[in-house]
Amino acid sequence: MNRIAEQVREIVQPYAGKPAELIQALHRIQSTLGYLPREAQEVAAEALGVPLSQVRGVVTFYHLFRTRPAGKHTIRVCMGTACHVRGAERILAALKEELGIGPGETTADRKISLELVRCLGCCGLAPVMMVDEDVFGRLDPKKARRIVQEIRDG
Amino acid sequence: MISLTIDGVRVQAEEGETVLQAAKRAGIRIPTLCHLEGLSPRGACRLCLVEVRNWGGRLVPSCATPVQEGMEIVANSPRLRELRRTILEMIFAERNHICAFCVSNGHCELQDLAMELGMDHVRFPYRWPLLPLDLSHEKYGIDHNRCVLCGRCVRACAEVEGAMTWGFSGRGIFTLVEADLGDPWGKSKTCTGCGKCVQACPTGALFEKGKATSEQMKRPEIILEVTERRPRA
Repeated sequence: MNRIAEQVREIVQPYAGKPAELIQALHRIQSTLGYLPREAQEVAAEALGVPLSQVRGVVTFYHLFRTRPAGKHTIRVCMGTACHVRGAERILAALKEELGIGPGETTADRKISLELVRCLGCCGLAPVMMVDEDVFGRLDPKKARRIVQEIRDG
Repeated sequence: MISLTIDGVRVQAEEGETVLQAAKRAGIRIPTLCHLEGLSPRGACRLCLVEVRNWGGRLVPSCATPVQEGMEIVANSPRLRELRRTILEMIFAERNHICAFCVSNGHCELQDLAMELGMDHVRFPYRWPLLPLDLSHEKYGIDHNRCVLCGRCVRACAEVEGAMTWGFSGRGIFTLVEADLGDPWGKSKTCTGCGKCVQACPTGALFEKGKATSEQMKRPEIILEVTERRPRA
């Protein structure tokens, strides 16, 4: 626990005393630790001079910040308009069943996290999801399940 | 001095005053909810919307709009009444405002507004969210079911007490007023237990423990009293 605090103190050093840099500092912490543990938020709040309640506000407002560690792989399902029209709900339902988790959660084996996003910017391929950096388009529930299987098999 | 008209009445106002302040002085009633004397304006609830006739009928929140020379304000009209009522209905539909079970029944600003604006029913489906109740604080409790997210507690805590314990977490309909990093109120390291948030709360969301409905009268005006007594830097 102290190791995290130490590490975070170092990361936020350049932002010390600059409340306006909160988002930047949190991004830096998350890119190093993979998430924003409680101790990290406390250290950042103190170093930057931001109240805890405001750190909480920022961390929970932006979807990209996470307070729990992510899995090895992240599946991002697009919930944008085009994907919605072309059945994103069914893709999500299939993924939930296949993974046994809901959006914002991570499988017990820490292998896969499931997240929702608003638009991935490739509506022509709707419905779409991303696995880490790869885009998979023109999905149907069967295809989505197969992709999950492939991640599991490595 | 700036002159403007509100509902046809000529009103003089100081530069920097808000339309709401000018109207109040002229004895013209504009309903408000998130506004509280002594705190910064927020314009969150939109109940104080007024129409600026010579801005093409634009709607502006009077609590957060500074007066300008020659403004022709409509503060009360069938259109505004309908808008305010609709806003109120949405607030009621969003959470669980059940007066009969509430410690603020009979002295609740939300309830008073519903009566004032003639809200005899709600035309939107109630969401009935399942929201938590935090009774961890020694003296006070917070019931998110009754919260309207006006932010009066958040501002009272930050601007008057200076503790900055309260903040908003999440967004949209999932927004909650939470202490520090989302801790139980009683565990908060920053809360001084001053109770200004409780006094500032317009509904029964923040309340004193161990007090019955009739003893639960709030004094939101203390926020102004406290700030006026404080010498300005």
